[in-house]
Amino acid sequence: MAEKRQVRVGREWLAPRDAEKALREAIRVQKEQERHHQLEHHPLGFWRTYVFSTDHKWIGLQYGFTALCFLLFGFSLMLLMRLQLGWPGHAFSIMKVLGETRAPGGNLLPEAYNQLGAMHGTIMVFLAIVPLAVGAFGNYLVPLQIGAPDMAFPKLNMASYWCYLSGGLVMLASFAAPGGTAQSGWTSYPPLSVIASQGQTWWLFGMILLITSSLLGSVNFIVTIIQLRTKGMTFMRLPFFVWAQFVTSFLLLLAFPPLEAAGVLQLMDRLAGTSFFLPSGLVVSGTRLMNAGGGNPLLWQHLFWFLAHPEVYVLILPAMGIVAEVIANNTRKPLWGYKSMVFATVFLGFMSFVVWAHHMFLTGMGTAISAFFQTTTMIISIPSVIILSSLFLSLWGGSIRFNTPMLFALAFLPMFGIGGLTGLPLGLAAADIHLHDTYYVIGHFHYVVAPGTIFAMFAGIYYWFPKITGRKMSERLGKLHFWMSLIFINGVFFPMFIQGLAGVSRRLYDGGAQYAHAQPVLKTNVFMSVSAWLLLIGQVPFIINFFKSIKWGELVDSNPWQATTLDWAATTSPPLAHGNFEHLPVVRRGPYEYSVPGSETDFIPQHAVTGEEPQGGGGMLVQSAVAQKEA
Amino acid sequence: MESFLAQYMPVDASEHGPHLDFLSALVHWLMLILFIGWGAYFIYALFRFRSSRNPRANYHGTTSHFSTYTEAGVAVIEVVLLLGFSIPAWSKWVTPPSSGAHPLEVRVVAEQFAWNIHYPGPDGVFGKAKVELISTSNPLGLDPTDPYGKDDVITLNQLHLEVNRPVLVHLSSKDVIHDFSLPVMRVKQDAIPGIDFPIHFTPVKLSPDPKSAARWEIACAQLCGLGHYRMRGQLFVETKEQLDAWLKSMAPQVEAAAAPAPATAPVTAPPPTVPLSSMPKTGTGGL
Repeated sequence: MAEKRQVRVGREWLAPRDAEKALREAIRVQKEQERHHQLEHHPLGFWRTYVFSTDHKWIGLQYGFTALCFLLFGFSLMLLMRLQLGWPGHAFSIMKVLGETRAPGGNLLPEAYNQLGAMHGTIMVFLAIVPLAVGAFGNYLVPLQIGAPDMAFPKLNMASYWCYLSGGLVMLASFAAPGGTAQSGWTSYPPLSVIASQGQTWWLFGMILLITSSLLGSVNFIVTIIQLRTKGMTFMRLPFFVWAQFVTSFLLLLAFPPLEAAGVLQLMDRLAGTSFFLPSGLVVSGTRLMNAGGGNPLLWQHLFWFLAHPEVYVLILPAMGIVAEVIANNTRKPLWGYKSMVFATVFLGFMSFVVWAHHMFLTGMGTAISAFFQTTTMIISIPSVIILSSLFLSLWGGSIRFNTPMLFALAFLPMFGIGGLTGLPLGLAAADIHLHDTYYVIGHFHYVVAPGTIFAMFAGIYYWFPKITGRKMSERLGKLHFWMSLIFINGVFFPMFIQGLAGVSRRLYDGGAQYAHAQPVLKTNVFMSVSAWLLLIGQVPFIINFFKSIKWGELVDSNPWQATTLDWAATTSPPLAHGNFEHLPVVRRGPYEYSVPGSETDFIPQHAVTGEEPQGGGGMLVQSAVAQKEA
Repeated sequence: MESFLAQYMPVDASEHGPHLDFLSALVHWLMLILFIGWGAYFIYALFRFRSSRNPRANYHGTTSHFSTYTEAGVAVIEVVLLLGFSIPAWSKWVTPPSSGAHPLEVRVVAEQFAWNIHYPGPDGVFGKAKVELISTSNPLGLDPTDPYGKDDVITLNQLHLEVNRPVLVHLSSKDVIHDFSLPVMRVKQDAIPGIDFPIHFTPVKLSPDPKSAARWEIACAQLCGLGHYRMRGQLFVETKEQLDAWLKSMAPQVEAAAAPAPATAPVTAPPPTVPLSSMPKTGTGGL
């Protein structure tokens, strides 16, 4: 009887479970040998190493560098808008960079203002923050944190980056289109966007490329996280950052296709004379649009917001992941409520698909539908509160180190708090009536994304910079950057709430100068504009620090923050090209074993073997491994 | 809180407005309490657990269930705000007044970049409108053969209302999506082409001198093209006598009549048309 339940592996008879284990181990060993073989014998050429690389780390860096350039570019568009809003009617010589057609003699034209607005939004969301949060941080860190040699589909990963870059270049090229680039807001509501000049067509093509890129990326992340976790890395041992990326990838995968479809439909409306979004009887400038008939402009809004609301969580979840990593490391204690944070994140992901129409309360919604979307909106605030509370409570009992990444991560908490709280009056439809489409909304989501997500991105850059370069960024410049950013970014966004309460509409070329009800709050425009330009100056220390530290930063060992996760503890800095790990680590415990009672050091890496082994941490283990290899 | 917010908000001159402002004040109270509560905790925790004062972290952190209680508390308050205030207020906002209330009916048809205001005149019936008849001199496409339209009053950017009398606005748009916003009335509604949406409210205060800095206005709140920023109208709330006098003074200028939204008119005989590709760039037009 016993023999029947055994299977033969090689020359041995084993129980099925053991046999499976042995097979897996054999496959693993073989793959690792192949990998070593490749590493040693096939050095890749310049193009394959630096341009068309399939190494997730290099792709992550490509994403990161491109996204940071777009971040600066999107920011500079906003600086021009702020000049116009602060001093409408004044000519500025710097406006001349936009060309005679947009700013004759340095006077910005209203259509050019709309172009700046539409492209600021598009670039910041689709070309800067998402690629930075997912493409750069996700790509670089997820395989390292789960102990994988690379992403599951390295070539798909490369394709994703090149789609993204092409989308970005199409967006940039659209500025040269006749009539200028897209000018119907980042939301591109038809019919306005359908009758807009040619730049809108370019915008749609660009969006389709960007969406394709996100879809390729999200499939890759999902498969990687499910399939390539190293031995012992169970789901509940994943660093919170990986969970955040996991849920984010599902949001991208499920929410983007409707917008891709909508983008194609809008292209058809513009190019093929269809009328998906144009109702009957449209008269523009006294002329009837003949191909308009039978369509519905609200269809676009539904499809757009079905993506764009989950997109908000695509922007915020990776940021929360970064903040959680930095906080756990710099409080030297486990995250408080890791499990509830994970469940809250998953729940947040689900709920984010059923709140979209709260962006459309004023499109003529009845009581039942508005009650549904108000309720889901209130429900989705609960998991956000749970995550934020857990991060706040993680501070209790910690031994808090105030380094630059930690300062940015800490500032994220109250700043995101303001962003989240100001969402409440907007989520209650009755309170929303007065605030809808005013600067209150602008203030609300910018608090979420700018001092929220972007601060988390900065925390991440300062935190993982030593992993990428083997050098630390300057703390002095970092702190200067932090304080200037914190003060001026509040100077830019806080007055927006006051303007919103006054009822000042968004997207006004002159900042409301025409309206009587805007007069009492107009002077805040100057204050915000000055703050915005000072915020630019505040970024100079960062730019200097970034490039200076690549070359001259303080050299550090592979785990300078004494972190527990595999990215720090089990790899060199930078990790090995193509393969990451000398030997795939085996995970033995949860992600945040800091200050474990009875332990000599205040951190135990996820893969460290305790007991007889020295607990000097991953840094030492890896160094000894490298030393062995060299010997 | 209500008076604190009111410093920054425009006058509240409609019947339903104070309810919305009260809800807004409640929500802002909740926001403020949460922010100050968490903020005080945050600063205290940063101070107390800084590494120089607390060199070794506590593995277990806090064991208090305080956060669970606050989360539950927030959830309960949100339910109260939702069921007690927001949903009832919304229901009232979208339920049209009974005909017994004799509302003042007016059509507002938005276009790039102006508000066409259409009163039915003494007969109380809007004249028929057809999209084919729209021209510079007939911006709403009123049918000159319709007797109901003879007495209709059409103005541009001038909305006159009667104090303490409910208003029923039939809102639509000729071209792109606009948003009809009356900040002083706490009224805001998207004007969407193809959709004729009724909104109602009751002004309860007389408007100030239109030349004063506190004048009342119609604002466009949805990006509608290059002239979005100047798509401004004037709002007057007057006594019955003043309104009647004004309507009378406007009547002779009217040439035609009106009825439902242009969108509902049949699209049959094609008037001057152009293919989409040769359309002028957004916003070259208007009136």
